Amino acid sequence: MDLLNAIVALANFVLIPAIAYGSQLALGALGVTLIYGILRFSNFAHGDTMAFGTMVTILVTWWLQSLGLSLGPLPTALLAIPFGIAATALLVLGTDRAVYRFYRAQKAKPVILVIVSIGVMFIYNGVTRLILGPDDQRFADGERFIISARDFRNMTGLEEGLAIRTTQGLTVVTALIVVVALFWFLNRTRTGKSMRAYSDNEDLALLSGINPEKVERVTWLIVAALVTVAGVLYGLDKSYKPFTYFQLLLPIFASAIVGGLGNPLGAIVGGFVIAFSEVGITYAWKKVLGYALPESLAPDSLVQLLSTDYKFAVSFVILVIVLLFRPTGLFKGKAV
Amino acid sequence: MSQSLRTMGLFALVCLLILGTGFLQSWNTALLILNMGLVSAVMALGVNLQWGIAGLFNVGIMGFVALGGIAVVLTSMPPVAEAWSAGGLRVIGALLLGAAGIAGAVVLYRRTRRGWAVAALLAGLFFLYRAVLDPGVEAIEAVDPSSTGYLGGLGLPVLLSWPVGGLLAAGAAWVIGKTALGLRSDYLAIATLGIAEIVIAVLKNEDWMARGVKNVIGLPRPVPYEIDLQQDPAFIERAAGWGTDVTTASTLAVKLGYSALFALVLIVLLVLAQLALKSPWGRMMRAIRDNETAARAMGKNVTARHLQVFVLGSAICGIAGAMMTTLDGQLTPGTYQPLRYTFLIWVMVIVGGSGNNLGAVLGGFLIWFFWVQVEPMAQGLMSLLTAGMADGNWLKAHLIDSAQHLRLLTMGVLLLVVLRFSPRGLLPER
Repeated sequence: MDLLNAIVALANFVLIPAIAYGSQLALGALGVTLIYGILRFSNFAHGDTMAFGTMVTILVTWWLQSLGLSLGPLPTALLAIPFGIAATALLVLGTDRAVYRFYRAQKAKPVILVIVSIGVMFIYNGVTRLILGPDDQRFADGERFIISARDFRNMTGLEEGLAIRTTQGLTVVTALIVVVALFWFLNRTRTGKSMRAYSDNEDLALLSGINPEKVERVTWLIVAALVTVAGVLYGLDKSYKPFTYFQLLLPIFASAIVGGLGNPLGAIVGGFVIAFSEVGITYAWKKVLGYALPESLAPDSLVQLLSTDYKFAVSFVILVIVLLFRPTGLFKGKAV
Repeated sequence: MSQSLRTMGLFALVCLLILGTGFLQSWNTALLILNMGLVSAVMALGVNLQWGIAGLFNVGIMGFVALGGIAVVLTSMPPVAEAWSAGGLRVIGALLLGAAGIAGAVVLYRRTRRGWAVAALLAGLFFLYRAVLDPGVEAIEAVDPSSTGYLGGLGLPVLLSWPVGGLLAAGAAWVIGKTALGLRSDYLAIATLGIAEIVIAVLKNEDWMARGVKNVIGLPRPVPYEIDLQQDPAFIERAAGWGTDVTTASTLAVKLGYSALFALVLIVLLVLAQLALKSPWGRMMRAIRDNETAARAMGKNVTARHLQVFVLGSAICGIAGAMMTTLDGQLTPGTYQPLRYTFLIWVMVIVGGSGNNLGAVLGGFLIWFFWVQVEPMAQGLMSLLTAGMADGNWLKAHLIDSAQHLRLLTMGVLLLVVLRFSPRGLLPER
C-alpha cells in the first residue's frame, strides 16, 4: 500500500504539474522555433506577445462574464481565446509589416533582427501594462477540480490524495489538439509543406515558386495562435502577470534550444525535459521517499535539491549541458 | 556637419537638458539624473566594448551589475563576528569544496571522457556540499535575523569595492565565456540572460551572504553625511556664501561629491577605451568583428580575443554596478529588473552609436535623462488628454495611473526609430 501512496504523491506533486507546465512550455517553444526556422531570428518579444494575447483574452472574458455567458464547468476564457488570437494576429502582422519587413528586405544579419525584437518587446511591454496594468490578474472560473484530493481519498481509501485541476486537464487536452493540428498542417497541407521547404532551403523554395510573403504571413498567424493559447493556459493554470510572462522567455528558449532550434518536434520534447527537470529538482521529495522507502531509511530533511527560486538555474544548467555536448540540440536543429 | 562638431553639439544638448532640469525643476533632481547618467554611461561603455567593438551579444548585463552591487556589501560592511563564529568557516569550507569539486569534475572529464562517471561524481558531491553547507547557513541566519543574519563584509573602505565589483563580474564573465563563447550569437544571448537571472536568484535567496530580500541598508559612503555637514561650522558659513539654506546645500554637496567620483571613473575608463580602440589591439578586435574568418586566417586567436573582451566589458559593468549600489547606499536584490538593467543599457548603446565610445557615453546620459523625464511628461500628457473628462471617470483614473508605463513604450519607439533611420546611432563609428 505504501508504494501506491508514493506513486499517488509523485503523480500529484510532480507528474501532473510537470505535464501541464511542459505543455505550456512546448506551445511557447513551438512559436520560438517556427520564427527561428522561417523568419530566421530569435524573437525576444515572444514572452510579451504571449502577455498581449492573454491580456486581450482576459478582457474579452470579463466582457463575456458581464453578459452572463459561460461554458458551465469549463472556464469562460476558452470562448474568448479566438478574440485573443485575432487581436494578437493583427498585432504581429502589423509589427511585421511596419518593422521586421524592412530588415528582411535589407537582408540584415539575424542579430540585428534580435535587437529590433528587443525594441518591439519594449513596446508590447508598455502596451500591455498601459491597458491592463502590471499586476496579477486571475480570470479562471468554472469547476476548479476534475477530481479533488478528498474525493480521490474517499474513492480509493488511500492516505494520499490526487487532485487534478480543470485547468491542468484542459492544458493537456488543448495542447494535444493544437500540436496535432499544427503537425497535420505542416505535413499534409500545401501551405504547410511550403513552409517547411522555405525553412529547409530558402533559395530552392523561392526557385520553385513559393511565395515568401505568404509563408511569412502564415507563420505569424500560427505563432499568434500558439502564443495566445500558451499564454491563456498558463494564466488559467497559474496567474497572469506581465513580468512573469516576460520571464518565461528563458525556459521557453531553453526548451526550443534543447530540442534543437527550428525543429517543431524538438520544441515539444524540450518543453517537457525542461518542465520535468524544473519541477523534479525544486520539489521536496520527503513525502514520496517517506512512502517508498522502508521506515529506517525514511529521510528527515525535506530532500529538496534546490529551492523553487532557483528554477531558472535548472533550465539554464540543462541548456548549458546540451549546448556543450550536443550543440544543435537533442533533435537536429538548424544553425543560421 | 563634421563628426567632431556633431559630438560637441550633442554633448552640449545633454548639458543643456540637465541644466534645464536644474533651473526648471530642482537642482537635486538634476544632480540625481547626472549621477545615474554617469553610472549608465559607464555601463554603456562596457557594453559598447563587447557589442560595438567585438560584436558579442550580451544580454546578461543585469547579472554583472548585481555582482558589482554585492561586492559593495562584501567589501565595505563590517564583519558580523558572531555569525562568523557560528558558521562562517563551515560555509567557506563548503564553497571551497564545491569549487574544488567542479574543477575536479572538469579535469576528470578531460582525462577520461566518461560523461556518466563525471555526472555521478557531481551528484555525489552536490549532496556532500549541501550536507556541509546547510547547517552553517542555518546557524548564520539565526544570528539576530532582524538586523544581521549574514556574514557581513570585510570592513574595508567602500571605494575599494568598485574594483572588487569589477573583479567579481570578470570572474563570472570568464566562466560564461569559457562555456558559451564560440557558440552562435543566439546561444550566447540566452546563456547570458540565464546567468543574469541566476545571479539575481542567488542574491535573493542566499541570506547568509547579503541578507537576500531583507536588503542590506546603511552601506558606508565615500562622501560625508548630510547631517555632519549641517553641523560643520565651516560648511554653514560656505552655504551662507552660496545664498542657500544649509539643508539644501548639504544634499547638493553630497551629490556633487558623488558626481566628482563617478566622473573621475568615467573619464579614466573612457580614456582607456579610446586608447584601446585606436591601438593595434582595437584594430584587431574590429577586424575580427567585421570578418571572423579572415581574421582567423591571419593567425588571430578569435576565441581567446572574444573571451578577453567579454571579460573586460563585463568587468566595467561590474564597476558600474558597485558605483550604483554605493550611490543608493543599500543593496536591494528585489529591484533588479532585466528591462531596466539589461535592455535599457542596450537602448543606450544602440541609440548613442555602437562602436563609438563617445556615442555610448552620450547614449547613457541621453537615454537616462529620458527614462527619468518621460514619466512626468507622460503624467502631463495624460492630464491634458483627460482634462475634459469627469473626475470620477474610471478611464481618467486608469489613464493617469498607467502614465508611468509610457516610458517603456517610448524607449521601444526610440530604439526602433534609431535602428530604422540612423542604424549606426547618433554618433556613428568612424
